[in-house]
Amino acid sequence: MNLTLHVWRQQGPSAPGRLVTYQAKDVSPDQSFLEMLDGLNEELISRGEEPVAFDHDCREGICGSCGVVINGVAHGPEQTTTCQLHMRSFKDGDEIVIEPWRADPFPVIRDLMVDRSAFDRIIAAGGYVSINTGSAPEANGIPVRKEDADMAFDSATCIGCGACVAACKNASAMLFTSAKVAQLARLPQGQVERKRRVLNMVEQMDKEGFGNCSNYQECEAVCPKQISTQNIAVMNREYLRASLSGA
Amino acid sequence: MKVLEETLNARIPSGPLDQKWTRHQGELKLVSPNNKRKYTVIVVGTGLAGGSAAATLAELGYNVRSFCYQDSARRAHSIAAQGGINACKNYQNDGDSVRRFFYDTIKGGDFRSREANVYRLTELSTNIIDQCVAQGVPFAREYGGTLANRSFGGAQVSRTFYARGQTGQQLLLGCYQAMMRQVNAGKITLHPRTEMLDLVVANGRAIGIITRNLVTGQIEKHCADAVVLATGGYGNVFYLSTNAKGCNVTATFRAYRQGAYFANPCYTQIHPTCIPPHGEHQSKLTLMSESLRNDGRVWVPKKPGDRRPPDQIPDEERDYYLERLYPSYGNLAPRDIASRAAKRVVDEGRGVGPTGVGVYLDFRDAIRRLGEQNIAARYGNLFDMYQRITDENPYKVPMRIYPASHYTMGGLWVDYNLMSNIPGLFVIGEANFSDHGANRLGASALLQGLVDGYFVLPYTIGDYFARFKKLDATTDHPEFDQAEARVKDRIRTLLSINGRRTPDSFHRQLGQLVWDKCGMSRNADGLREAIAKIPEIRQEFWENVKVVGTGEDLNISLEQAGRVADFIELAELMCRDALAREESCGGHFREEHQTEDGEALRDDERFCHVSCWKSNGPDADPDLIIEPLAFENVQLVTRSYK
Ligand SMILES: Cc1cc2nc3c(=O)[nH]c(=O)nc-3n(C[C@H](O)[C@H](O)[C@H](O)COP(=O)(O)OP(=O)(O)OC[C@H]3O[C@@H](n4cnc5c(N)ncnc54)[C@H](O)[C@@H]3O)c2cc1C
Ligand code: FES
Repeated sequence: MNLTLHVWRQQGPSAPGRLVTYQAKDVSPDQSFLEMLDGLNEELISRGEEPVAFDHDCREGICGSCGVVINGVAHGPEQTTTCQLHMRSFKDGDEIVIEPWRADPFPVIRDLMVDRSAFDRIIAAGGYVSINTGSAPEANGIPVRKEDADMAFDSATCIGCGACVAACKNASAMLFTSAKVAQLARLPQGQVERKRRVLNMVEQMDKEGFGNCSNYQECEAVCPKQISTQNIAVMNREYLRASLSGA
Repeated sequence: MKVLEETLNARIPSGPLDQKWTRHQGELKLVSPNNKRKYTVIVVGTGLAGGSAAATLAELGYNVRSFCYQDSARRAHSIAAQGGINACKNYQNDGDSVRRFFYDTIKGGDFRSREANVYRLTELSTNIIDQCVAQGVPFAREYGGTLANRSFGGAQVSRTFYARGQTGQQLLLGCYQAMMRQVNAGKITLHPRTEMLDLVVANGRAIGIITRNLVTGQIEKHCADAVVLATGGYGNVFYLSTNAKGCNVTATFRAYRQGAYFANPCYTQIHPTCIPPHGEHQSKLTLMSESLRNDGRVWVPKKPGDRRPPDQIPDEERDYYLERLYPSYGNLAPRDIASRAAKRVVDEGRGVGPTGVGVYLDFRDAIRRLGEQNIAARYGNLFDMYQRITDENPYKVPMRIYPASHYTMGGLWVDYNLMSNIPGLFVIGEANFSDHGANRLGASALLQGLVDGYFVLPYTIGDYFARFKKLDATTDHPEFDQAEARVKDRIRTLLSINGRRTPDSFHRQLGQLVWDKCGMSRNADGLREAIAKIPEIRQEFWENVKVVGTGEDLNISLEQAGRVADFIELAELMCRDALAREESCGGHFREEHQTEDGEALRDDERFCHVSCWKSNGPDADPDLIIEPLAFENVQLVTRSYK
């Protein structure tokens, strides 16, 4: 099939950006979205033009590197990662607008590539269990109810892609932050630092300039890992409890 | 090819196998707690190996600088591992033990690994599970709250721990979080979106690296008291592989050019269960976890060219070839064996799917036995992934799979302390050659990365510091300027060629050649052909590659070109190694060396050794150095899974 692409091109964080139109010819429905962009880039390089910059690595939907806004929807129409989106979701003659995540805490680096290091700083503020290598007790000495382990796992599957922020009108990072808070709050290992963790992570999140949650649920709707907004409810509860009792 | 007389000291401790590591630990020299903060360690790579090492070194008090090419440490390729991690906890009471795990690993590696290393790996496996659980890694559990296990790729006990189909992700996030805790404490400095392009060696010791900032293009010098490479494997040499797109050999290959020995480059693992390629635009191949072989049955039609849809082929006309050939292991036969068997039936014209390159992995019987719901609980996410990619429903139609490049057992040579032949240069995880011999067992790579990073390197690096005089860690050494000049020259050359072919087109060409001549099976003629052809590709590359943009900026085609250039040189080394090893073992199958029924034929008389290659620069043949392998605790037998 043949497609018309309108791709956001921007040289750097402070340079102006604009949509540039390209034709993608002979695209096969079995190709992935990124393979379609690879094809465009091969052509651009051959013509001596700079390829479109976008982040990607695993191309299996697990590393969280990839992510662009496709026709106004983060990761496009299938609620999966951009790398797992296939061209069979489009049809011949379609026009596709491709833009980067748009959120102040995620400044554009180049074209479709943004800086998501704010997420790393949120985790650094407390998204862990403080246990040094070597001091762990016997693994089966800490029994965990299967239900708790499963729920913790569901929260832990977040890949940190940032689609939740990109989809939110307020650019809120609540889904991302709450997934880690909820995972560790659910497990016995996370109890000791439970209060401090939520306070510090939320403080960092605010410091990075992410907005508040107004329950639009857009984040959940685009999350490729189906992280539930229930995590946000858990985090709010945890936060309230921690601020009332003091860490 | 010249074989050097040099003897490599692997520093394997004396004493009985089961006491070597404990004794060695007692004998390693220590750095006092107050002095640790005077030392800086560069760790390149943030996968399971690099992440665990960086976190642990920082906890001990060292200053760590951590590098990765992704935008965040959390995205290293380890994240993609699906199936699980082995540890001989014997929680299932099925007779597992360190000894048994040790033997399985030695045998799985086809008697081409070091006994002492393998024993340590298996011995420390139990600590890894403790460590990860304490970090909050949500492993699968039983209703009683204890940890669950499954059996995995070629093991007859259930020793694999898993977190649904996302074990690598959960383990890596554990490491990453431990790292971020140390970032917060000021002990780790992160350098994401930064690529190591050269190693700096002065007075025979590794003292730093040269990097390129992938956003600004800036070339930077970094000095340290030791350099740790945890940069993963080189499976992308085949172009199509299950590795992440960015996986590359540049860091280890540049170290090889600076004098580090490259060991067993021809040992590559081709994984039997990947989604077959669909067309020429394909950019990578997707692994379907091997755990699927616990319940899926592998088959092809008995008749060549049988194009009927699978549900119209009655059971009598199906060949469940793994069950037929290897009755005791059946569908769980080890990777190399299962892969070659698939290639054989496809070469016989019995392959399935639109391209004829593929075999079925069928869940019909498992669904009948256990119900769709139970199968969904076990493999739901894998089935979804398969359906998303192929547009076929594996609950109804058998999956199609075919082998693909997956893992590389070869890597930089290291001694028992995980130090290369260049003092101060340590290599951990998939980047080294150490523990898997000629073939790796499923679920043991994650283990090795974590054992190296959490429990071995942090001890052995201290011994290096304590034994060697501390150098001034500065970038004033002239070697830094020389290394920087090498890097800048190369970039300038790449940018100035302005030819007609994209870096990717060279990579595809190279990958196809290596896959054909040095893939699942190899022979002398094919390898000689490749050794003649690769320099031609290299020459054309340096005359005709097209790299756009400038060096002082984010530049994707420049990044690609640099990686492809190194893959081209590595490919030649792989083929040389494969040609020199005139036997079949594990993942290295030489057609001239097989039994009557097509199984690998080892030659223990001549090849029970590690082949270590020493570079003489890109335009001269490398030299070979041999590290003999001594087996004192196991008897070398023919590996049979019949
Ligand atoms: C799809 C798939 C599934 C797998 N499943 C399993 C499994 O179930 N069980 C199992 O045991 N094993 C599995 N493996 C193998 C296992 O995942 C890897 O062997 C292991 O994760 C490698 O870890 P590592 O830390 O050595 O390197 P990696 O995780 O590959 O990390 C490499 C790091 O080095 C950095 N890097 C590389 N080059 C440079 C450079 N030039 N400059 C700067 N940084 C650089 C990268 O940024 C990255 O941080 C699987 C592999 C694949 C491909
Ligand atoms: S590239 Fe890894 S999630 Fe898409």
